[in-house]
Amino acid sequence: MTAMLNVRDLRAYYGQVQALHGMAFDLSEGSMTTLLGANGAGKTTTLRAICNMVRSTGTIEFEGAPLIGRPTESIVRLGIAHVPQGRGTFTTMTVEENLQLGAITRTDRAGVVSDIERMYDHFPVLKDRYTQQAGTLSGGEQQMLAVARALMLRPRLMLLDEPSFGLAPLIVRDLFKILGKINREDKVTILVVEQNAQLALELADKAYVIETGRIVMSGSASEIANNEDVRKSYLGY
Amino acid sequence: MELFTNQVLAGISTGAIYACMALAVVMIYQAIDHLNFAQGEMAMFSTFISWQLMQWGVPYWGAFVLTLVLSFIGGIAIERLLFKPLAKAPILTNVAGFIALYSIVNSVAGLIWDFTIKQYPTPFGSYPFLGSQLISTHQAGMIGVTILLLIGLFFFFRFTRMGLAMRAAASLPESARLVGINTSWMIALGWGMAAAIGSIAGMMIAPVVFLEPNMMLGVLIYGFAAAVLGGLTSPLGAVIGGFLVGIMENLAGTYIPGAGNELKLPIALALIIVVLVVKPAGLLGRPIVKRV
Repeated sequence: MTAMLNVRDLRAYYGQVQALHGMAFDLSEGSMTTLLGANGAGKTTTLRAICNMVRSTGTIEFEGAPLIGRPTESIVRLGIAHVPQGRGTFTTMTVEENLQLGAITRTDRAGVVSDIERMYDHFPVLKDRYTQQAGTLSGGEQQMLAVARALMLRPRLMLLDEPSFGLAPLIVRDLFKILGKINREDKVTILVVEQNAQLALELADKAYVIETGRIVMSGSASEIANNEDVRKSYLGY
Repeated sequence: MELFTNQVLAGISTGAIYACMALAVVMIYQAIDHLNFAQGEMAMFSTFISWQLMQWGVPYWGAFVLTLVLSFIGGIAIERLLFKPLAKAPILTNVAGFIALYSIVNSVAGLIWDFTIKQYPTPFGSYPFLGSQLISTHQAGMIGVTILLLIGLFFFFRFTRMGLAMRAAASLPESARLVGINTSWMIALGWGMAAAIGSIAGMMIAPVVFLEPNMMLGVLIYGFAAAVLGGLTSPLGAVIGGFLVGIMENLAGTYIPGAGNELKLPIALALIIVVLVVKPAGLLGRPIVKRV
């Protein structure tokens, strides 16, 4: 497997405060990788740095193209979809308009129309509500919409920031099942930041553990899941 | 009763102009969260350009369309040169920018075309509309142009990709960037469209108030009143607000003893204050709720 995304010596800053202290990791094409870490460790910042939404230095290369300094919207056009924390739903617009916005950079109208149908197959609940204002959806439905919106880009790489946040356990299961399916069937490489470490490790191929802006451990998901420190700190047994 | 109907109809026709100004104000407010104090002066300048074109022999509708295009480009240029660099500056810096723009445009217009009052033609003529004495063909034309503009804007924002992208950029800039929208250019585009809409208002009102560098001052205040009344976040509200302010202005001038022409403007200002105190979001605007 070749690396799709290479991150080296990544440092990120909020004003004077440094949040990442030289992160380095790779994502291989077609893989599903999870970033674990406590609150404030720098998980969200890492995802934001990939999309140039925080001031950062170092190198990030996506299929050979450098991302640092490139505007967010042009990073997205390379095929990187980011589902931000809080979902980023366009709440005053309809469900269907949200899906159309996900595909706003695409020019193949017929493909967009058929992809919207495909999203309704993946997430039948969205089909029932396609003319509703997205703000009226429940938290779980909005999360489905956020994932569907990201998929409308036909991304090569999808970044997900705590997709399970605020959702009921059963809905989280469903959501992760769909993510697994997208990863396997549509060959979308996925990087997911998740508080629910157990679930993330079940599905992912590879995992990195972050502490205070540095990677402190990396390995296959099963190795990490069986590591004693990780079990105590993140899995709670 | 005749007088009342007459005043309401006259109110609707000037209201059409206020609606256009309010629409221009709302477009920029949606894009950058500031009120453009120079909106009226920009419209005045556009109107002078159309006048100049006509002086050079361009027929009315040719000058009209050319002015729309030039205003659109001018609006984009103003955003790129002046307000893009101020995007992250504090509110007061932006306000200073707007006031500077106001006085620069006003003086430059005076410098080029001087401050004497000029006649401005109407393409609709000034005959009784459909034989009725109530409104003139020009007034009917103003209403017609406003309604066409509204329908056009509605279709643009509802059914085109560019319209969808502009709405997205205005409502949630960060999410808009994450779907690949160049939000910075959407703001510039909003300025261009606002300048073009303002120029329509200027060219329609100029035959009524006559062309001179200060002609839009009162109109802009009514436009602000309309935008605040309808809700600064709602284009439809701005238009309804425009018509309501036009009607109120005329009725107050007719029926409130002593209000006359001199006190019409304070009525618009009083309306702004009352709306801000009683219903800050306006008739159709959505209240801005921030979670803490």
